Amino acid sequence: MGAEVAVRGVWKRFGTGDGEVSALEDMSFTVGVGEFVAIVGPSGCGKSTLLKLLAGFEQPDRGEVLIDGRPIVAPSRRGIMIAQRGSVFPWMTVRQNLDLALDRTPDRDRHQIIAQHVDLVGLAGFEERYPHELSGGMLQRVEVARALVAKPDLLYMDEPFGALDALTRLGVRNELLRILTRDRPTCLLVTHDVEEALHVADRVFVMTPRPAKVARVVEVAAPRPRRMSRPELVGLKETILTELGLSVADVA
Amino acid sequence: MTRLLPVGVCLGLTALWWLAASGSPIFPTPGAVLLGIASLVKDGTLLRHVTASLYRVTYGYGIALLLALPLGILMGWSRTAFTAFNPVVQMLRPISPIAWIPLAILWFGVGDLSPMFLVFLASFFPMVLATSSGVQLVEREYLWAAQNFGVTGLKLFTHVIIPGALPTIITGMRVGLGVAWLVVVAAEMVAINSGLGFLIMDSRNAGMRYDLVVAGMVMIGVIGLLLDLVMRRLENLKEVRWRYARGR
Repeated sequence: MGAEVAVRGVWKRFGTGDGEVSALEDMSFTVGVGEFVAIVGPSGCGKSTLLKLLAGFEQPDRGEVLIDGRPIVAPSRRGIMIAQRGSVFPWMTVRQNLDLALDRTPDRDRHQIIAQHVDLVGLAGFEERYPHELSGGMLQRVEVARALVAKPDLLYMDEPFGALDALTRLGVRNELLRILTRDRPTCLLVTHDVEEALHVADRVFVMTPRPAKVARVVEVAAPRPRRMSRPELVGLKETILTELGLSVADVA
Repeated sequence: MTRLLPVGVCLGLTALWWLAASGSPIFPTPGAVLLGIASLVKDGTLLRHVTASLYRVTYGYGIALLLALPLGILMGWSRTAFTAFNPVVQMLRPISPIAWIPLAILWFGVGDLSPMFLVFLASFFPMVLATSSGVQLVEREYLWAAQNFGVTGLKLFTHVIIPGALPTIITGMRVGLGVAWLVVVAAEMVAINSGLGFLIMDSRNAGMRYDLVVAGMVMIGVIGLLLDLVMRRLENLKEVRWRYARGR
């Protein structure tokens, strides 16, 4: 499981004429197999654009995105996106959502795989519920379970917990980390929550405002599970916040 | 308490009507209308006319639905199809079905086919438009997710696009049936000898029985209400609750 991501000199612009904005300029980086990278940066800096390029929903104007050495031309089941606004189909039950994501699995295995994933995210017993009958935190877990059912090599997460309250957010995050130790897909998480990035990632990319560039790469070596009060993590948080233009006095 | 409110309003208005109509030569009282309905029920004419009207609506509306759904889905999905068909639909839509009566009689004669055709015209366009905008309104996130999980072809339509558009389609079906019911009555007032519209015209022409005229009107209202209640039940299906639940 897992795949290598290589971004090579990628440029992306939006709009035309005077309204044209440059989202990404000459961006390059590599993410190793099974690595967890968090991308933090100011709002509207092109983080979401970057994820869409990686997942194949958009194509770069220049440069290339390589997955295991091959350019990505369209979205595929290898790289699943967990979108900001959530995309669990509201007209289907939890079971039906997972079933649709399973694709060509033989019938005799489907039931068991679904049961296993529903259990994994702690939603056993909710298989026949519709999304509008679930809480925000539960819905986000369905989103994760559905993504994992497809057995992706890559998981792209765009502010996946943004709509949740702080406590639920921490719960779902911990759960995600626990689940990911099982499959170990390569993960890219876009977030504006520096603490969240330091909690989950092996490396944190700090982005500049538009056009986005990787201003700094922060290695997070702390063992897991991480206590955010560890002095080295507190130090890294200050480093990143300073990089983002906030003085430590503002946040302390 | 609030549940009794509509009943109260109804009774109040009926009382007002009774007061105003008492002794009036041009306005039948609620009592006269009730007796009129009773007599129509007793001799079986009411059932015959109601059946005739519902029969025409069933076919006209049914065929409209069968054609409006595929055309609406096509227009909602394909930019080209939308560009091609939308101007025609938008131009035909504001023509009242009543204006088609002369042509309907010319083409289909004075039988059941004419009112069926008019009912078809009345309900077809609102349902085409609702379906196409329903398909266009399916959120991009859902289409992306479908693409991401490799859902394509027919399965994309049956599992994502149509269910995503269904709440809007059902609203269109409700509007369509409402208009169908309005139009069948109007169509039956011309060149046909059955149905609730005919009952109303006939009651006047055959002896100024305004009690029966109003009895016919009341029945149209009651059946229209029942039809709408049936359609509203569709909005309570679990597969579409998500859309309507948001605003409540």
